[in-house]
Amino acid sequence: MVNVAKRQFDAVIVGAGGAGMRAALQLSEAGIKTAVLSKVFPTRSHTVAAQGGISAALGNVQEDKWEWHMYDTVKGSDWLGDQDAIEFMCKTAPEAIIELEHFGMPFDRVDSGRIYQRPFGGHTANFGEKPVQRACAAADRTGHALLHTLYQRNVRANTQFFVEWMALDLIRDADGDVVGVTALEMETGEVYIIHAKAVLFATGGAGRIYAASTNAFINTGDGIGMSARAGIPLEDMEFWQFHPTGVAGAGVLITEGVRGEGGILLNANGERFMERYAPTLKDLAPRDFVSRCMALEVLEGRGAGKNKDHVLLKLDHLGPEVINHRLPSIREIAIKFAGVDPIKEPIPVIPTCHYQMGGIPTNYKGEVMVPKGGEPEVRVNGFYAAGECACASVHGANRLGTNSLLDLVVFGKSAGDSMIDFIKRERPVHKPLPANAADFSLSRIARLDAQTGGEEVAQVRTAIQTVIQSRAGVFRNSANMALGVTEIKAVAERVKHTQTKDKSKVWNTARMEALETDNLIEVAMATMISAENRKESRGAHSHDDFTKRDDENWMKHTLFYSEGSRIDYKPVHTKPLTVDYIPPKERTF
Amino acid sequence: MTYTQADKNRLRWRSRRGLLELDIVFEQFLEYDFDLLSPADLDVYQDLLMLPDIDLLELVDGKAETTDKRLAPILERLRHWQVVKTQ
Ligand SMILES: Cc1cc2nc3c(=O)[nH]c(=O)nc-3n(C[C@H](O)[C@H](O)[C@H](O)COP(=O)(O)OP(=O)(O)OC[C@H]3O[C@@H](n4cnc5c(N)ncnc54)[C@H](O)[C@@H]3O)c2cc1C
Repeated sequence: MVNVAKRQFDAVIVGAGGAGMRAALQLSEAGIKTAVLSKVFPTRSHTVAAQGGISAALGNVQEDKWEWHMYDTVKGSDWLGDQDAIEFMCKTAPEAIIELEHFGMPFDRVDSGRIYQRPFGGHTANFGEKPVQRACAAADRTGHALLHTLYQRNVRANTQFFVEWMALDLIRDADGDVVGVTALEMETGEVYIIHAKAVLFATGGAGRIYAASTNAFINTGDGIGMSARAGIPLEDMEFWQFHPTGVAGAGVLITEGVRGEGGILLNANGERFMERYAPTLKDLAPRDFVSRCMALEVLEGRGAGKNKDHVLLKLDHLGPEVINHRLPSIREIAIKFAGVDPIKEPIPVIPTCHYQMGGIPTNYKGEVMVPKGGEPEVRVNGFYAAGECACASVHGANRLGTNSLLDLVVFGKSAGDSMIDFIKRERPVHKPLPANAADFSLSRIARLDAQTGGEEVAQVRTAIQTVIQSRAGVFRNSANMALGVTEIKAVAERVKHTQTKDKSKVWNTARMEALETDNLIEVAMATMISAENRKESRGAHSHDDFTKRDDENWMKHTLFYSEGSRIDYKPVHTKPLTVDYIPPKERTF
Repeated sequence: MTYTQADKNRLRWRSRRGLLELDIVFEQFLEYDFDLLSPADLDVYQDLLMLPDIDLLELVDGKAETTDKRLAPILERLRHWQVVKTQ
């Protein structure tokens, strides 16, 4: 075997977004020797994009209770969320926010000096009775402020950052325990073994599997891919949240506010089609509903543009006054990313992938749990996950806005605590590495170096995105998804032969992109096959042949195994920690 | 400084940002303009990439002005790639 350099830490965290850095802080402050690996500089993690806010029932502006927040989250999840995890998150939320405040996060405040809270869709008082202001924010830079605050604290706590290091694979020993990761140092092109007592994945989402995505290019689901290749099943990967108005071709978001101001959606015939689907709410119907109607218009041939692949968001009737005064940034986005001035022309928009609800299966302590010996949930020793790459599962079939940032800090911290406990009690010394620890990763790189006659990475990546966009989008039916399964399996074969022209070692970006594509395809396969298998409609999974939620047969979590593309299921946790179970109801608005 | 291919690739990697709005602009820029930068331009570009994403976006958008005069020409070039080719 080639001699591979090794580094040793007590805890290794892959990912320096909100989740990874919250966990790292917990560990470092407890005196645990902690390394954080990140593909990009920590404060450039995708968490920086979050503007809306972070939720907690602080009750600073209006009366609020964590039990109400819990109810909203369970309902939002369309009863697929685990109620113990949801209770834990909502109950811990106020304390988590106060903690951030103490760390120095610059939240907006009310006159009394307490944290200000804004209204946000889906947040209600008294179990759905009326809207409540629950979202805390730092102007429109909440994610940026969160990252900077956590980064500073980590530097102070001596967390060791490995910036521009790309984790390649998870290392499991013969018992199935996780004992480290392999990683590529971009600066040298060397592969290292990072030997650890405990490993946490906090690699963020994989929204780039869709052609239309609001996610930055770094969101390639590396943690998901690494887990899948290491035999860890993936939970509920059929559930992806879509935003109805992303700019066609670019993905950049146009906020709901535009339709609030009177913007309307038109099909190619100039028809205001939402009047037909939702006579009362029209263009202001809930996100997932509007998205589905838009997709239907396109599918039935009434899409606009040369390829008939989008609908139009019309604003010009509002007049230049309103557009310039109330929607200046929207006008800018339209000019910049769609090449149209909304004062004169409508903006081309399509439903756009925004958030990944599924991921690496964990409990509310951040421990990765998998089926073993007939038990549905057995801990994988030494392995933890938090943030968008994990599935705790608090978002279930549909995430509530602002609950994701909350998820990062709550489960980042609890995962950190679990790791401290595990390291102290169960793993005082490192477990030995298996003999062949880096072979698999090295063989993946050797394959790329030797590959001739294969396809360009960009071409194969586009193929993945095209299949997922057209077969696992907002609008799903049996025939279309069956086609999708066949197609994505064919693309998976092509991924095995991707080729890069550049065979250099140092800062080889083409190689990095090829390795990322190996991860994207795992996510895409899990998504397509899990979706095809779920024969009901729930939350973001809307199935045209099975239009109702079917609690009797389908109130269960999907588990997808990469090997053999095998599907399994496990029960939803219906026992909260202390309060009564919130029984299913129809999700009406 | 002089830039080897590896150095240039490092700058390419660092042009991947946390905001989609920036990725889209940089993608075009990297494809059509980046290789035309002189070593002096690359020095400035390297510094520009050190800015936080949110500040960088405001500069690229022209919403904020920089006090660092050296950045102006490269920002101008980036702004050129803002308007995406539409279908
Ligand atoms: C436009 C937009 C707006 C949003 N607004 C909100 C909002 O207002 N409120 C809210 O609650 N949520 C919001 N969300 C969702 C939320 O921002 C994300 O879910 C969340 O930030 C994800 O954080 P994370 O810590 O899990 O991962 P990220 O912040 O994505 O970080 C992932 C980290 O993993 C690293 N990484 C990945 N792969 C590797 C690898 N192979 N090796 C080494 N490192 C790796 C990356 O470098 C990065 O440091 C928004 C999302 C988008 C797209």
